[in-house]
Amino acid sequence: MSETTPMVRMAGVDKHFGELHVLRDINLEVPQGQVVVVLGPSGSGKSTLCRTINRLEPIDSGVIEIDGKTLPAEGKELARLRADVGMVFQSFNLFAHKTILENVTLAPLKVRRTGKAEAEKNGIALLERVGIANQRDKYPAQLSGGQQQRAAIARALAMKPKVMLFDEPTSALDPEMVNEVLDVMTGLAKEGMTMLVVTHEMGFARRAANRVVFMADGEIVEDATPDTFFTAPKSDRAKDFLGKILTH
Amino acid sequence: MNVLLDNLDLYGRAFLGTIELFLIAAVGSLVLGAVVAGMRVSPVPILRAFGTIYVNLIRNTPLTLILFFFAFAYPRLEIVDLSFFTRACIGLILYTAAFVCEVIRSGINTVPVGQAEASRALGFGFGQTLTTIVMPQAVRAVVPPLTNVQIALLKNTTIASGFSVFQAGGIYQELSENGYNVLVGLLWIALGFLILVVPLTLLQRNLDRRWSVAK
Ligand SMILES: Nc1ncnc2c1ncn2[C@@H]1O[C@H](COP(=O)(O)OP(=O)(O)OP(=O)(O)O)[C@@H](O)[C@H]1O
Ligand SMILES: [Mg+2]
Repeated sequence: MSETTPMVRMAGVDKHFGELHVLRDINLEVPQGQVVVVLGPSGSGKSTLCRTINRLEPIDSGVIEIDGKTLPAEGKELARLRADVGMVFQSFNLFAHKTILENVTLAPLKVRRTGKAEAEKNGIALLERVGIANQRDKYPAQLSGGQQQRAAIARALAMKPKVMLFDEPTSALDPEMVNEVLDVMTGLAKEGMTMLVVTHEMGFARRAANRVVFMADGEIVEDATPDTFFTAPKSDRAKDFLGKILTH
Repeated sequence: MNVLLDNLDLYGRAFLGTIELFLIAAVGSLVLGAVVAGMRVSPVPILRAFGTIYVNLIRNTPLTLILFFFAFAYPRLEIVDLSFFTRACIGLILYTAAFVCEVIRSGINTVPVGQAEASRALGFGFGQTLTTIVMPQAVRAVVPPLTNVQIALLKNTTIASGFSVFQAGGIYQELSENGYNVLVGLLWIALGFLILVVPLTLLQRNLDRRWSVAK
């Protein structure tokens, strides 16, 4: 792929839930290696935007490309493309009937057809990296929220994704566990992973993001560097949003 | 006691017949029921429609009607010549599978939707998601009601006795033809069924306990 092919490209994307127009003419490009943080009030369509990128939500019109390839319709092709797009959910969604190590090795074994020894070696290395290798034989329910979310990040990384999507990865966590997850994400950002992160963590946005995208009512209202966005927001809606958050 | 001892051979053959019919129908209905349940949750509208029609049609048809169809109507259609036993199996499988399907489907619905989403996001296809992620978790919710369906199937083999005498429910006819006390004979049959049902119930309880610990 050439330098100029963005890792994620959304052009003229529209989506409705029944009458509700949740995404309005979304145009967004995430270049390779960039970290984009998506901010916005509740219900503005951040999760939906995130989920359309690997087609967990189909769109009504417009184009979505991953690394230059248009998202295909449901089927084998789509599954192959999804394997290259890591996703981390607010509620972790670790496989409840599998151990932590199995969670991390399952997709490499069954989707990528990696050998068992190699998958386990990679899996353990990833669990070490997120600091929970000693929990590898436990079931998800036996771990704290922060540990589960770190395991979920390791599970996504095990597929060696080209891009990682995070949908409010710390919103379901107790406050004292938020940082252990953000630290892992900051590390990933430093290493050059392409990331799209929906979050309310302003500290993370300032520290790790290359760009901030601000959404309101299904539209991208601002698209700026963190510095510009936090110090000189242009729209009233962004000012209003920041006022509410920062006075918290 | 005489009724049992004098006819041990008859009872033995009949119970073997029951067990055979039950085992085949149990396995068959589990497989078919799982397939139809897969159809009912699949993203393909035609498969979903087929599954829905099948389940509603079968569940609203009395078992006797289905078995009578295979006993008397089917041979007249002159499609493929099948033995009474085979036809009894098919009837029981088709009937029981509809109930198995509904039990499995409600089990699938107990698995949080995030499990399937995480699986799809990792690149698993629909079939893989169903078999590796959703079904193994649904099984835990499914075992108790599924055992009940299978116990009902065991009892339903008596209805299939209209097909063949080598099956516990058929003993009754043969005994009365030979002048034995039918009431005592029936008690032995009831006891025999109890012996068949008890291991199933124990198995159910055992699996239940094992899985509630693992969770
Ligand atoms: N599956 C769905 N069916 C119908 N409406 C939906 C569905 N999912 C989301 N919505 C609606 O679409 C709108 C956008 O939802 P979305 O979850 O994308 O917002 P969000 O920005 O992520 O909000 P939050 O910060 O609360 O997570 C909301 O009004 C929501 O109620
Ligand atoms: Mg959301």
